[in-house]
Amino acid sequence: MPTPTKGPRLGGSPAHERLMLANLATSLFEHGKITTTEAKAKRLRPLAEKLVTFAKRGDLHARRQVMTTIRDKNVVHHLFAEIGPRYENRPGGYTRIVKVGPRKGDNAPMAVIEMVEALTVAQQAVGEAERARGTRFATPRSGGSSAAGEVTADTAALTDAGGTTGPGGDTSPDVTEGSEGVDDAQAVVTDVFTPDGETQDDTAVTPEPKRENAAVVDDEAISPEVAAAAAAEVEAAELGDAATAGRQAPGGESERDPK
Amino acid sequence: MAVPKRRMSRSNTRSRRSQWKATAPTLAPCPNRACGELKPPHQACPTCGQYDGRQTIAV
Repeated sequence: MPTPTKGPRLGGSPAHERLMLANLATSLFEHGKITTTEAKAKRLRPLAEKLVTFAKRGDLHARRQVMTTIRDKNVVHHLFAEIGPRYENRPGGYTRIVKVGPRKGDNAPMAVIEMVEALTVAQQAVGEAERARGTRFATPRSGGSSAAGEVTADTAALTDAGGTTGPGGDTSPDVTEGSEGVDDAQAVVTDVFTPDGETQDDTAVTPEPKRENAAVVDDEAISPEVAAAAAAEVEAAELGDAATAGRQAPGGESERDPK
Repeated sequence: MAVPKRRMSRSNTRSRRSQWKATAPTLAPCPNRACGELKPPHQACPTCGQYDGRQTIAV
């Protein structure tokens, strides 16, 4: 049994309420979507759904009963010819109410009430399966898109790690070649780009002094940053000019990180 | 008819009016990723017009 409406009638008298609801239903079936106050939309919903149920039945008696509420024959024809058959497989719930902010002028809370779309084949199949099992499941929502986002984020992080340790981002990669931190990063990058598990063995390479690296600090115990800093100090002391030590590299100043 | 015996003092008037306070509205970020503006919950977003992934208001 439907819950009786609480509170006073819309418009003041029962007759006024009936007329207002009839006009609202007529406009809803004519346009498919109307904006009204929340209170009117909530009162309209049960009436409109009852009329759609009559339209689904589709016989002459139902049409005459609908004509007692909706006086416009064009709208009744549209209701029985288009709206009723559209909801052939939908077990109720033909309208949707969405709240849209307060109205300017009297600050009344407004809502949009609209006729919902016809059931798709997939929704219909899910409904039938649930009825057969006697259970109800929540429809999965946008699970695939979030998973794809995580995957792309992971690959971006890995490629980012490879880019920062590569020759483009570091001023003196040869100095710290044998250190552990760089090896780890390079191993990760190698894992990404050679999926068969083949890793390059860079631990055998011993850093040697070159033209662009006048000094090399080779010690396994200290971290690569400290080694690089120490090498730069020694280099600057040997060359006698600390300010232009970075220009000794063949590429001049280090390239900027593309990111 | 009944009328006030005394004029209400400035202090009493101001004490009464000191309780007239505005409250901050409850707002939540719009779940539409392209929008993300703050909006009242359970309402179509006034900025992008979407509710529950559906375009409700024409913007």
